[in-house]
Amino acid sequence: MRLDRLRGRRLIATAAILVLGLALAACSDPQSTVDPKSDHTETINDLYIIVFWLAMVVFVAVLGATLALSLMFRERPGRVAKQIHGNSRLEVVWTLIPVVILVAIFVPTVAAISDLDHGDEDELPANTVRVEAIGHQWWFEFRYPDLGIVTANEMHVPVDTPVLVTLLSDDVIHSFGVPQLAGKVDMVPGREHRILFTPNEARPNAYLGQCVEFCGTSHANMRFRVFVDEQGVFDAWARNEIADAVAVESLSALAQEGGALFTNPLLAAGATPCIGCHTVSGSLASGTIGPNLTHVGGRSTLFAGVRDGFAGAANPDAVQRELERWISNPDDIKPGVTTRQSGMPAWGELLTGEQIRAIAAYLRELR
Amino acid sequence: MATAAGALAPPAVPAPSVVWSWLTTVDHKRIGTLYGVSGMAFFVLGGIEALMIRGQLAVPNGDVVDAEHFNALFSMHALTMIFLAIMPLGAAFFNWLVPLMIGARDVAFPRLNALSYWFFLAGALMLNASWFLGGAPDTGWFAYPPLTEEPFSTSRAMDFYTVSLLILGVASLIAALNFIVTIINLRAPGMTMLRLPVFVWMTMIVSWLLALSLPVLTVGLVQLYFDRNFTTHFFIPDGGGDPILWQHIFWIFGHPEVYVLILPAMGIVSEVLPTFARKPLFGYAAVVFAGLSIAVLGFAVWSHHMFTTGLGPVPRVVFSATTMTIAVPTGVKIFNWLATLYGGNIRFTTAMYFAVGFIATFTIGGISGVMHASPPIDSQQQDTYFIVAHLHYVLFGGAIMGIFAGVYYWFPKFTGRFLNEGIGKLHFWLFFIGMNLTFFPMHFLGVAGMPRRIYTYDADLGWETWNFVATIGAFVIAAGMLTFLWNFVRSLRAEANAPDNPWDAPTLEWATSSPPPEHDFDVVPVVRARDPLWHDRDNGLAPPEPDPNEHIHLPPPSYYPLLIAIGFALFGIGALSHLAVLALGAVVIVYGVWGWVLEPTGPEPGGAH
Amino acid sequence: MAEAAHAPSPAAGARHSTTGIDSRKLLMWIFLASECLFFGSLISTYLIFKGDIPFPSPAFITEHMHGGEVTGWFPADRTGPDGTEYAGVLNIPVTSASTFVLLMSSVAMVLAVFGAQNGRPKMMKLWLFATMLLGIVFLGFQVFEFHEFGAEGLNLSTNQFGASFFVLTGFHGAHVTVGVLMLGSLLVGSMRRTGLGPDSGFHVETVGLYWHFVDIVWIVIFTIIYLIPA
Repeated sequence: MRLDRLRGRRLIATAAILVLGLALAACSDPQSTVDPKSDHTETINDLYIIVFWLAMVVFVAVLGATLALSLMFRERPGRVAKQIHGNSRLEVVWTLIPVVILVAIFVPTVAAISDLDHGDEDELPANTVRVEAIGHQWWFEFRYPDLGIVTANEMHVPVDTPVLVTLLSDDVIHSFGVPQLAGKVDMVPGREHRILFTPNEARPNAYLGQCVEFCGTSHANMRFRVFVDEQGVFDAWARNEIADAVAVESLSALAQEGGALFTNPLLAAGATPCIGCHTVSGSLASGTIGPNLTHVGGRSTLFAGVRDGFAGAANPDAVQRELERWISNPDDIKPGVTTRQSGMPAWGELLTGEQIRAIAAYLRELR
Repeated sequence: MATAAGALAPPAVPAPSVVWSWLTTVDHKRIGTLYGVSGMAFFVLGGIEALMIRGQLAVPNGDVVDAEHFNALFSMHALTMIFLAIMPLGAAFFNWLVPLMIGARDVAFPRLNALSYWFFLAGALMLNASWFLGGAPDTGWFAYPPLTEEPFSTSRAMDFYTVSLLILGVASLIAALNFIVTIINLRAPGMTMLRLPVFVWMTMIVSWLLALSLPVLTVGLVQLYFDRNFTTHFFIPDGGGDPILWQHIFWIFGHPEVYVLILPAMGIVSEVLPTFARKPLFGYAAVVFAGLSIAVLGFAVWSHHMFTTGLGPVPRVVFSATTMTIAVPTGVKIFNWLATLYGGNIRFTTAMYFAVGFIATFTIGGISGVMHASPPIDSQQQDTYFIVAHLHYVLFGGAIMGIFAGVYYWFPKFTGRFLNEGIGKLHFWLFFIGMNLTFFPMHFLGVAGMPRRIYTYDADLGWETWNFVATIGAFVIAAGMLTFLWNFVRSLRAEANAPDNPWDAPTLEWATSSPPPEHDFDVVPVVRARDPLWHDRDNGLAPPEPDPNEHIHLPPPSYYPLLIAIGFALFGIGALSHLAVLALGAVVIVYGVWGWVLEPTGPEPGGAH
Repeated sequence: MAEAAHAPSPAAGARHSTTGIDSRKLLMWIFLASECLFFGSLISTYLIFKGDIPFPSPAFITEHMHGGEVTGWFPADRTGPDGTEYAGVLNIPVTSASTFVLLMSSVAMVLAVFGAQNGRPKMMKLWLFATMLLGIVFLGFQVFEFHEFGAEGLNLSTNQFGASFFVLTGFHGAHVTVGVLMLGSLLVGSMRRTGLGPDSGFHVETVGLYWHFVDIVWIVIFTIIYLIPA
C-alpha cells in the first residue's frame, strides 16, 4: 500500500529530525539543557548522552519493527493468518531486554545522584561562595551572607569556584532553574533546599535562568541571570555591590529630585511609598518587600530579566522610558504586579509624569 | 414487571418524550452514548483551549490572550482533557462494551450507572461555569499550594476546582465500583476470568485504580477546601502546614490517574489488532498480567513527579527504580502487540491505522518517560516542554489515538452504520501528522530549556521555529477533528446497513445485532473459548436460537439518579455560595435516596438493586 | 461445559451472579476497600503532623492562653517554655467510654443480623434499635468532646492537631451518622406489613458490613490518637 510506504519515509524523516534537532539544540540555544558549563550539569549531561542513545536504539527498533511488520503482513490475496497464541520463551526474552536496558540506565543514574549530592556542607572548600536565592512573586532575591550583598535578579559567581545556593521562598513555590549551570531545584516556602555547582566557563554574557515551577500570573516573567566572572571581575562587582549607593550630591539635578521623591515617606496619600518596600543603602530607603535597588542602574536587565537594563544598553533613554512605563503601571510590563499581595502601586495614578521621570532618572544613576 | 423476550419494559411514565426517556434511562448503551457525546463535546472544548494556547505561543511575545487568561486556559485545557474528555470517553466504551463483551444484559447496578453519568455532567458543568462566575481555575490542574491558598488565590476559582473535582470523583468512584462488580459477577456462562477480553480486563484494572486512588484525592481536595474556607493550615507553611504534603497526596492519586487514562486505550488496541490481523492476540496472559503490574506499580511511583522538590537521594533512587520498572510491563505489551501483527493477514481499516499509529506514538511517549525516570536528567527536563511532549505522546498519541481506533471499530456496533473509511483515513493522517508536528518539536523546545506554563517568551532563545511549527501542527489536528465530525454527521444520515459482525471479530459484542437490542442478547451466549466467535465459526457452531418463553426483565427507567445528581449539584453550589442552597441540596438528596430505595425495579416485589 | 452449568435463572435477571456472591454485597465490600484509602489518607495526615506540632509562640501564649481563651494544650500535656504546665486536651476515660459504646453497637449489630437471617424479626428489630441507639450515644459523646475541645480553645485553625483531628473524627462521625440513618431505614422498613421482604437477612447483613467497618476505623483512630502518646 502506498500510504504505508509514505509512512515509512515519514518515520525515517522523523528519526533524522530527532537527531538533528537535538544536536542543534545542543549547540546554540542560550538556555539549552544539553550545553553544560559546570561540573554539576556535565555529570547530568554525561548521563543524558547514555540514556539518549539507548532511547534512540529502542526508538528505531520498535518503530522500525512496527513499520516492517505492518508492511510485511498486510492483506494479500491468498494469505492466511497464522493462528499463534503466544510463546513463553519469547515473553521471557522481551521481559529481559527492557530489564537489561533499564539496568544500563539505572546504574549510571545512581552514580550520578551520588555525584551530585552536595554532601557535608562543612567539608566544602574554604573558597566556596554561599548564596541565598529567595523566590518572590515574580523576582529572585540573591543574598551573599558572607559578603553582605543583597541584590536582585542577577547573580554573580567566580569561575572555577564551588557555589552553594540555598533555595528559599517568600510566598509560593518557585523553582530555581539555570540549565547550563545547575539544572533545577524547587524553592518551597518553609523549606531549605541546596544546590552545589562549580561553573567552569567565564563569559561576558550571562547564563540565563528562569522560574520553572508555575507561580502565578507572571510566572513567565520571572527570569534571572547568572554571571560567571573571572575572579578579578567578580571581586570588583562585589566591592561595588557592598558599597552604599551613589551619594546624592554626585547625582544629576533631575536624579536628585527623583531621589527626594523616592525617599519621601509621605509620597502619596493611601499608597505605600517607595521606601516602604525597596532598599537603597545609604539612603532612608530600607524596605525589604521589593527588590533591593541600591545598584539597579548597573544591572543588565530590569523587572526580573524582562527588559534590558542600563548596563551596556545601546540606547539608555529607551531603557529609561521602559522604566517610567513600569513605575506608571507595572502591570503593563508584568501582569499581576499591582494586584498581588503587597504588590506595587501603579504610580501613574498618583504622581505626575514629571515626577515619575525624575524617579526613573534617579534609579538610572544608581550604578 | 416481567415482559416477553424482545419487548421493552413498559415505561414508568405514560408516553415519555424522547428527552425524558434519555433523562431517565438506565440502559448501559444509552448511558454509554451520553458519556461518549459529552466526552467528544468536551474534547472539542479542550481542543479550542489548546488552539488558543498555541496561538498565543506561535511567536515570541504573542498577544492573542493575556497572562490571566492564558493561565486559566492551560489549567482548564488539562482539567477538561483529563476529567471531561478522556475519562468519559473511556467510560463511554466501558458502558457500551463491558456488558456486551461479557454476555450480560446490563451492568450490575443500572441506576447507579445513570447516577454516575449525571454526577459527571454536574461536575463538568460546574467546573466550566467558573469561566462565567469569577474566573476559571488558573493554577494548573495540579493546584499546588500555597499558590492555591489565600492570599495568593483570592477568587472563587479554586473553590470551583475543589468542589467540581469532588463531584467528578464521586461520579468516577460510583462507575468504578459498578464495573468491578459487573465484571466479577455478570459474566455469561463459560466466561472465565482468563477468557475475558483484554478490554474488559483493562476496564477492571482502571476501576480498581479509581476505587483506590480517588479517595486519596478526595481527602486532599477536602483539606484544600478547608484551608481556603475553614481556617485550617494543612498546606500553609505559616500555620505549620506543608505544601509538599499536597504534592504527595495529589500524585498518589495523579499517577494512577495516568494509567486510568491510558489503560482503556491499551484495551481497545488489544481488541482491534487481533481482529484486523485475523489472528488471536499474542500472549494474552502476558498482556493481562502486564496491565495488572502496571496498575500495582502505578501506586509506587508517584514521587517521580517530585524529583525536583528537594527529595533526598534515597527516595530519588527508590522512585527512579520503581518508575523504570514500569517500562518492563509496558514493553511487554508493545512486544506482544507487535507479535500479534507478525504472521497476520492485516486488513488496514481506519481503526487499524489508529491502532498501529497508537503503537508508534505511544512508544515514543514511553521512551521519553524512561528518560526522565532518571532524577538527574529529570532535573533538566522537569517542567520544560520536554515533559509536555512526553505527556502528549502518551495521552494524545496513546489515549486519544486508541479511543479513535475504538470509535471507528465499534461505530457500526453502536449505531448500525459505518464511518466512511476514506474520510476516516484522511482523519487519521491529519491526526497522525498533526500530532507529530505539534508535539515532536516540543522535545526540542524542552531540550532548549523552554519552561512549561509560560504565556510569553523572548525571541533569540532558539524557541521561535519549533513553537511556530507546533502551532501549525495544532491546527492540522483541528482539521483532523473537523474531518471526523463531518464523517460522524455524514454517517448518522446514511443508511443503517451494518451487519452483526462486519469485521469478523472474535468477541461477544459482535454476536448480537448492530445496534444491539435493549436487552443486548436474545439468548445469553455460552462461552467456550477465549475468542468465542472464532471458536464457534471454526467449529461450525451455530448461534443458539432464542427461547420464545424466556422472560427478559429489564430495569424500568428511573428519574431518581437525575434527581439525586441535581441534589448533589445543589449541595456543591451551596458549598460555593450559601448554606441554604446546601441544605436544599441535602433535602433533595435525602428525598431522592428514599425514592430510589423504595422504587420497584426487580421482577419480584421489594427487590432493589 | 462445566461453566455452563450455572446459567442464570431467567426470573432473577438482576440477581444473577457468576461468583454466587450477591452483587450488592460485593459492591459494599469494594466500597469499603475504597473507604480504607479515604480514612488511611486522613489518618496519615494526622500522623504526618503529629510529631511536628510546635509549641505556640510566646505571643500566642500571652494573647490567648493567658487571656483564658485557650486553657489546655494539644494534644497531650506539655510544659510551656515559661515553665507553666498545660494540661492536654484529650480526655481518655470519656473517649474510652464512647469507644466501648461503639464496640457494643457492633455486638448488637451481630445479633440483629443473626435475627434477620434466622427468621426472628422481633429479635432483629430489637437489636437494630439497640445498634442505632448505641450509635446515637456515640455521636452524643462526639458532640460533647467537640464542644469541650472548643471550650478549651481548640479549633480547626489552632494548630495542625486541631485541623487533622477535627477533619478525621468529623468524617468518621459523618460515617456513623450515615450508618445510623441506614439502620433507621431498616427499622422503619421492617415495621411495614411486608417487613424487609424475603431479603431481610441480606439487607441487614450488608448494612452490618458497613457498621462494622466504621467501628473498626474508630478502633484504629482511638488507638492512634488517644492511646499512643504524643
